[in-house]
Amino acid sequence: MRKILLVGNPNVGKSVLFSRLTGVRTTVSNYPGTTINYTRGFTKLGEEKLELIDVPGTYTLEPTSEAEEIALKMLKNGDVAINVVNATNLERSLYLTLQLLEGDIPVVVALNLWDDTKHRGIDIDLEKLEASLGVPVVPTVAVTGEGIKELVESIPEARSPDGPPRSRDERWAAVGEIIDHVQHIEHRHHTWIERMQDASVKPLTGGLIAVAVLVIAFLVIRFIGESLIGYLLDPLFNTLWAPVVLKVGALMGGSGFLHDVVVGKIVGGEVNFVESFGLITSGLYVPFAMVLPYIISFYFVLGLLEDIGYLPRLAVLMDTIMHWLGLHGYAIIPTLLGLGCNVPAVLSTRILESKRERFIAATLVSIAIPCAALQAMIFGLVGQRGGHYVVIVYATLFIVWVILGIILHHSIKGFSPELLIEIPPYRLPPWRIVLEKMWMRIYGFLAEAIPIILGAIVIINMLYFFGVFNAIANITAPVVSGLLGLPKEAITSLVIGFLRKDVALGMLAPLALTSKQLVVASVVLAMFFPCIATFVVLLRELGLVNMCKAAGIMISASLITGGLLNLIL
Amino acid sequence: MRPGQSGLVVEIKGGFGLISRLNALGILPGKRVVKISSMIARGPVTIEVDRVQIAIGFGMAKRIIIEIDQ
Repeated sequence: MRKILLVGNPNVGKSVLFSRLTGVRTTVSNYPGTTINYTRGFTKLGEEKLELIDVPGTYTLEPTSEAEEIALKMLKNGDVAINVVNATNLERSLYLTLQLLEGDIPVVVALNLWDDTKHRGIDIDLEKLEASLGVPVVPTVAVTGEGIKELVESIPEARSPDGPPRSRDERWAAVGEIIDHVQHIEHRHHTWIERMQDASVKPLTGGLIAVAVLVIAFLVIRFIGESLIGYLLDPLFNTLWAPVVLKVGALMGGSGFLHDVVVGKIVGGEVNFVESFGLITSGLYVPFAMVLPYIISFYFVLGLLEDIGYLPRLAVLMDTIMHWLGLHGYAIIPTLLGLGCNVPAVLSTRILESKRERFIAATLVSIAIPCAALQAMIFGLVGQRGGHYVVIVYATLFIVWVILGIILHHSIKGFSPELLIEIPPYRLPPWRIVLEKMWMRIYGFLAEAIPIILGAIVIINMLYFFGVFNAIANITAPVVSGLLGLPKEAITSLVIGFLRKDVALGMLAPLALTSKQLVVASVVLAMFFPCIATFVVLLRELGLVNMCKAAGIMISASLITGGLLNLIL
Repeated sequence: MRPGQSGLVVEIKGGFGLISRLNALGILPGKRVVKISSMIARGPVTIEVDRVQIAIGFGMAKRIIIEIDQ
């Protein structure tokens, strides 16, 4: 089967084009570096089946970063390259095009974002461009699907024109000549979108915009999440599902091990969905009625911010602060992703240049950035005791994030590289893409979390039944009770935290903790150790040695922080 | 260079790596750039080149020599 590679600069829409061509859904956003690994899919050209590969974005084929090295390696194994070019910025894109043409692989050029050229006053002469490059050039609008059919049909026309390899300066000179020849730009006045773009990277206006964006984002997330719980899911569970649970409980005889696994503990003939810990009670209520609403609202808002193109601007504003932590501004992207789920956050640390930065960023995310599932439970359980307790939990985690970052920055050898990023223009979010991406992420949550949550509930019941938890609780009592001031049974929650932190926090509900104890337990649970899914990617991304270091940092930091909170509060 | 000013890139004072990274983003001698903003406390500088905005760390930005338009 022939391999077709999609090659191009970062953020020119390769992944959107890839989804269009193959039907495979991929994460697309409006910032450079969304695709950190390659994705494969298939498409058809007449009767022939083709393999398509979405290569991470690269500016050149001179390997200066990891993404570029990957791109270079993959080019050697490809049969045809579709060079995706940003029609609104031909100057930037053509350097890579010329490099590709100098190689042996046949090339077709997809002139993407074609619709944007018209209202930006850019006029490109397609015929002249085709003639100067010597390969087919197809204008496309990946977001709407325009030109996709023509692009596929042009694959057999792909060519590798003969020509001598050029030096870097010769190549830039050649780019300049082609641009003068084929592109004409009309001068226009600034639009309001462009004024907003400028304002959001200036210190004063940018700071105000950032605060406004983050506050609005938070309020919208709360509003959507709470509305879904209060008006839809809670009533659904309480009026429709609770009677079913009681019937099932009665059928199973009202007690016994199997009854406890399936239904959980029912006290006084009423179903307590949070505390009963059965498969059809907490096993469904925690993921669907407590966590899912916040997953939906968080990813909706994050998707909007991503696709509008706000995140790189936040990176510019945060750059100085992130340098205190040994990172640069772009590390804000893994951090924000971590507020959803730590797994994609750790993966996205690949957009950072050095191993040192990746270690710091990944460690900080897995210690101090609570995922949406855990946050939903914090809002649900700690929030009942009063909003200021939630604030204490968040403030503590934020302080830990800063202090630990500063410590890591000063204790790990090396320096933090500087920020160098292209800031994409603001774009109105394409709704189809925002919703598709949200659905992909929600589906990811359901597919990965539900089996683990249900498994965790079975394990919890078994460990209780066989008295394992009691044994552990007695061993760890000095630390848990002495240092952290928690009842010794709270260790069960920390143990289960390795599986899922949302369920683990739920296990604290029946322990009748004081508000202070609940705050301490929530913070320790958030920091103590990553959940199994995060653990696996950390191990893969950092390697065993660094993973052990990170784990050591996590455990000691969480015990110190928990101990201090216990003393102060 | 102050925000709002424009000028021509004269030279990039740096090693091969820095030059090729900046070139890749369209910053090379002869290109016209406009400074959009700079963050306080030696934060990143945002410039516009070929209708695209680029944020550059302070230390790197210092190495790009610009002749400011009159």
